[in-house]
Amino acid sequence: MIRILSVLIAVLAGSLVLLGYFLPALQPVQNMLLRWCIILVGVASFLGVFGLISVHADRIRRREKGTPYSFLLFISLAAVFFFTLVLGPNHPVAHAVFNAVILPTEGTLMALLAVTLIYAAIRLLRRRADLMSIVFLCTVVLVLIGSATLPFGELPLIGTVLQPWLTQVLALGGARGILIGVALGTLTTGLRVLMTIDRPYGGS
Amino acid sequence: MTGLLWIAASLVLLLILALWNRRSPRTYRDLPALARLKRELGYSVEAGTRLHIGLGHANLISSGAGSSLASLAMLRQLSERTSVGDLPPVASSGEASLALLSQDTLKSGYDAAGAPELFEPTTGRLVGLSPLGYAAGLMPLFQVEPVSTLILSGRFGAEAGLIVDSAERAHATVLGASDDLAAQSVLFASSHEPLIGEELFAASAYLGGSPSHTASLTVQDVMRWFVILVLLGGAAARLMGVI
Repeated sequence: MIRILSVLIAVLAGSLVLLGYFLPALQPVQNMLLRWCIILVGVASFLGVFGLISVHADRIRRREKGTPYSFLLFISLAAVFFFTLVLGPNHPVAHAVFNAVILPTEGTLMALLAVTLIYAAIRLLRRRADLMSIVFLCTVVLVLIGSATLPFGELPLIGTVLQPWLTQVLALGGARGILIGVALGTLTTGLRVLMTIDRPYGGS
Repeated sequence: MTGLLWIAASLVLLLILALWNRRSPRTYRDLPALARLKRELGYSVEAGTRLHIGLGHANLISSGAGSSLASLAMLRQLSERTSVGDLPPVASSGEASLALLSQDTLKSGYDAAGAPELFEPTTGRLVGLSPLGYAAGLMPLFQVEPVSTLILSGRFGAEAGLIVDSAERAHATVLGASDDLAAQSVLFASSHEPLIGEELFAASAYLGGSPSHTASLTVQDVMRWFVILVLLGGAAARLMGVI
C-alpha cells in the first residue's frame, strides 16, 4: 500500500512540476511543490550526516584502517556543530572555521588537481594509444601554447588563428553536440521516472 | 508550448517503442566501457572485491538531476547483480537526498535478487556536501576498502581527476561518465574507460534493463536525428536566404 502511495505521489508531483513550466495556471502549485522539495532536501542533509556518523562509528567499532581519521571527523563535526548552534552561523568563530580550514583545504586540493591532470594527460597514451587520445593530447598542447603568456610574446599562428579556431569553432560545436545529447538523455530519463519504469524512490 | 509538444511526442514514442520491444528484443552498438563494466562485475563477485559507485553531487532539483536519476537506474541493475558477492557494492553521494535515494535503490536491487537480509543501509553513503568535500571524502576510502572497480556516474566537476587518481593508486579499474563537460574531458584523460555525452544514459539498458529502457534509447536516437535534420535544414535555409 505504501509503495503504491509513494508511486502515486511521485508521479503526481512530477507531472505537476513539469506542467507548471508550460501552463501558467499551475505555476503556484509548482512553486509550492518546489518549496516543499527544498525543505525535504534540508531534512535529508540532516539525515545524511547521521548516515556519515553511522559509517564512521562502524569503522571505529571494527578497528578498521583509518580509525584516527574517523575520530578526527567526530571531533570536528561536534565542534563545528556546537559553535554554530551556540554562536550562530554569522559569528566570527564560524567564519574562522570556514576561512581558516575549509577554504585553504579546498585551495590545496585544486592545486593538487592541476598536477594530477598533467600526470593523467602524460599517462593517457600509455593507457589508450588510439587516434582519439592523440587528437585529445595535440589539442590540449596547442590550446595551452596558444593561451599561455610567453616571454617572447604571442606565437604568430597558434595564438592568433589556431587556438581561437580550436576553442571557438571545433570545441564549441562539439560541446553543443554533447549538451544536446545530454539534454535528450535527461528528457527520456525523466519520462522513465514519470512513467514509473525507474523508481528511485522505492520499489523495484 | 513547443517544449510541451516535444515532451508529448517523446512520451508517445516511448510508449509505442516499449510495447514494440517486448515482441522483438533490440541489439545495441558496442560500447567498450559498458562491455568492460560487465566483465568487472563478474570479477568483483568472483574475487570477493568491492564495486564502488560514485553518484556525484547533483541536487535533485538542479540541472544535474537527469544524470543522477540515470545513475540510480544503473545502480539498481548493479546492486541486483552483485548483491550476493562477499562484499556488497557501495554507492557514495555528495548530496544528501541523492544518498537517501541510493539507499532505497540498493535495497530494491537486494529485494529483486532475493537477498533482502543482506542489505546494509550504510552502503548508500553521503561522503561530503560540496564537490571538493565529496572528492576529499572519497579519496581515502580506496586505501581502506578493497575496491576493484570504481564507477563514477553522475554530476562531477574537474575534481573527478583527484578521485580517479586515488582509485588508481589502489589499483582499481575506473569507469567514468558525467553530464558535465569539464568532468568528461578529465575522465577521458584519466579513467580506464570513459563514457562520453549521452552514453551515460544508456548504461541501465546495456546492463539488462527492461524493454522500456531500450525504448528510451531509441527515442533518444530518433530525437537526435530530428535535431540534426532541423539544424541542417536551418543552415541550408539560411544559406539560401530563406530565413
